[in-house]
Amino acid sequence: MQGLAAWSAAGFEMLGIEDPYVWVAYLLCILSTILCVVYGLMHWNRGDETVEATDVQWAAQEDKVEEEL
Amino acid sequence: MLLAQAFSVLDILLILVYLGACAYLGWLGYRHTKTVSDYLIAGRKVHPFIMAMSYGSTFISTSAIVGFGGAAGLFGMSVLWLTVLNIFVGIFIAFVVLGGPTRRIGHRLDAHTFAELLGRRFNSKAIQICAGLIIFLFMPLYAAAVLIGGTEFLATAFFPNDYTLALFVFGVLTAVYVFFGGLKGVLYTDALQGTIMTLGMLFLLVSAYWWVGGPTQGHKDLAEAKDYVFAGLSAQGHQGWTSMPQFGWGIPAGLPPGAPSPYNLWWIVITTIVMGVGIGVLAQPQLVVRFLTVKSGKEINRALAIGGSFILMMTGVAFTVGALSNIYFIKHEQIKGRIVGTTESAKVILKKDPGQDAKTLPCKILHIDTTGDGVPNTFVVEKVLLPPNALRAKWMPNAEVISNSDGTVIVRPHTSSFLRAVVKEKDDKGNDFWSFNSDNIIPAYVTSAMPRWFKVIFLLTLLSAAMSTMSSQYHTLGSALGRDVFETILGPSNPGSMRTIHAVRIGIIAGLVLAMLIGYYARGGYVIARYTAIFFGLCASSFLPTFVGGLYFKRITKAGALASMAVGFVTTAFWVVFVKEAEAGAIGLVRHLTPLVGTSHPNSILYNHPNWPSVDPLLVALPLSILTCVVVSLVTQKPDAALLDKCFASSGSLSQANEKLVKS
Repeated sequence: MQGLAAWSAAGFEMLGIEDPYVWVAYLLCILSTILCVVYGLMHWNRGDETVEATDVQWAAQEDKVEEEL
Repeated sequence: MLLAQAFSVLDILLILVYLGACAYLGWLGYRHTKTVSDYLIAGRKVHPFIMAMSYGSTFISTSAIVGFGGAAGLFGMSVLWLTVLNIFVGIFIAFVVLGGPTRRIGHRLDAHTFAELLGRRFNSKAIQICAGLIIFLFMPLYAAAVLIGGTEFLATAFFPNDYTLALFVFGVLTAVYVFFGGLKGVLYTDALQGTIMTLGMLFLLVSAYWWVGGPTQGHKDLAEAKDYVFAGLSAQGHQGWTSMPQFGWGIPAGLPPGAPSPYNLWWIVITTIVMGVGIGVLAQPQLVVRFLTVKSGKEINRALAIGGSFILMMTGVAFTVGALSNIYFIKHEQIKGRIVGTTESAKVILKKDPGQDAKTLPCKILHIDTTGDGVPNTFVVEKVLLPPNALRAKWMPNAEVISNSDGTVIVRPHTSSFLRAVVKEKDDKGNDFWSFNSDNIIPAYVTSAMPRWFKVIFLLTLLSAAMSTMSSQYHTLGSALGRDVFETILGPSNPGSMRTIHAVRIGIIAGLVLAMLIGYYARGGYVIARYTAIFFGLCASSFLPTFVGGLYFKRITKAGALASMAVGFVTTAFWVVFVKEAEAGAIGLVRHLTPLVGTSHPNSILYNHPNWPSVDPLLVALPLSILTCVVVSLVTQKPDAALLDKCFASSGSLSQANEKLVKS
């Protein structure tokens, strides 16, 4: 926080915005999106999980209902 | 309504194609719905793109684009902190931290709704019924907010001068494909609507920066225009559209008695707009249920990239364009048309607090016809009728009117977005009155700055935003009443029985009726943002500790969860009814408890403790709710080991069970 105040006092601006608490927000919007994209791409093929007993039971029940219908 | 201009044949065709596509996707959902799981959680086989677009488009309603975009036009780029929270908390934390465990535990417990997930996690029918009732009784407020927004801004374009008919048609139109198509119908249409919203907002952003000469130039001009900030807002701490409001607490020495605190705006922007909505999103039932619709964590990871980008394109763009609209109206806007009338001395309402006298500004208003049909469709304040030496008069609008030889004029308003958003409205008795309404900033900007063809695209963008949120709200309302209340009380039905689907459909109709009744009676008075904030805050305070605790902490007990929900709910209700000035004033009960101060009764019991009446309930209710959850859990008996094993299943016991099942 003190760093931001010092930047502000030194007249530092980003993209024409002087208030550091506003340009940090502007920057964080973009960085948060990049974080989502990079994390999503890095884990694109991860997250497959072994089929659990409850999944098998559930799928069997769904199949049965569909057949009955 | 500023977007309500004459439609060309092409516009009407485009709108019909859109409605036809929604109907087709709703029918597709209906065709693919055979079981209760299909109807409630889309059969757990949803594609990550559809899941992400549905999550995003449900999250973002017309209120986020028009209501909160207008707030950015009023308060400036500080509102971008909400976008930071929307993306980082509402998407990244929600998907990475909560999404996986929600899906895993939800599937293990065969949960079909958010309330069912909470109830089964703590093996408590009371939790499921209470959560279902809170959702069913209070979500209509949020549904009504989106319905009112959609009706005010969109449906009246098709049914001018008939709000009731517009409300009915718009509400029923959306409910039909939810009723028949279940969650599959909702998800398919959401994906289409999300795509339209992305394209519309992308064009809006590019165009807005083009108008103001690019990001750096636009932001610099906006910073330099801070003297145009309305004096009433400056007194509450507004320091310009590229600056944060003034931070502090109380009233600094030297201010005259009765003057507003110069820190009010900071507390409104940060606690109500940024935190209330930014954190509240984590416990939104209609969003949490999206995690139950996918097969594995892989789909959630893939949806994350799409979801984050989508939210940046929605609130990031709406808030940036909302703030930049000020520089457009001050420097660039030129309205070409004919002046077909003037109101020489109008008392334009600046602020109308319930139970208090309205604050007004005397103005001369120009009525301009820009289409050539002789009917005024644009209103501009030509000048403020204050003495030239009055402090407030210095930066008030002083429109420039250039007359052409053919009788037409070019009007340059030279004013901020708030004062440019002057609208003629009707009160309860049908009398006309003028007001400055920040909800009209984005429509006014689109009408004036964007090409004509874009207006119908923007109309579809807003229509999509409203319909995608409303459809999910109806589905959640139906599930809450049908599944969480009726089914839990009556006991489970046979797997192949249609009883659950029928019960949910009855719930959808009941939710629709409630939302439409509220939408009919509670119109006006900035209810859109207010109802949205109330519901988000209520969900966060009542459900968030139980939800997050249930996913991550085995020590949280049933009693702790129930007590936390009760404390969160009661504290929020108390704060909304008696303390938070805007909401308490609208409800009105608090005025029976406060003494007469001047000519009216204050709208908060803490009226003489500055800044407390501006603090959002979430800031008080959520910490209390978390504390209650922890303390009560620690002093009550540990949860049953068998239940915990079922929820957090150790891999050993499951693989044995799997083997047994596969063998059988």
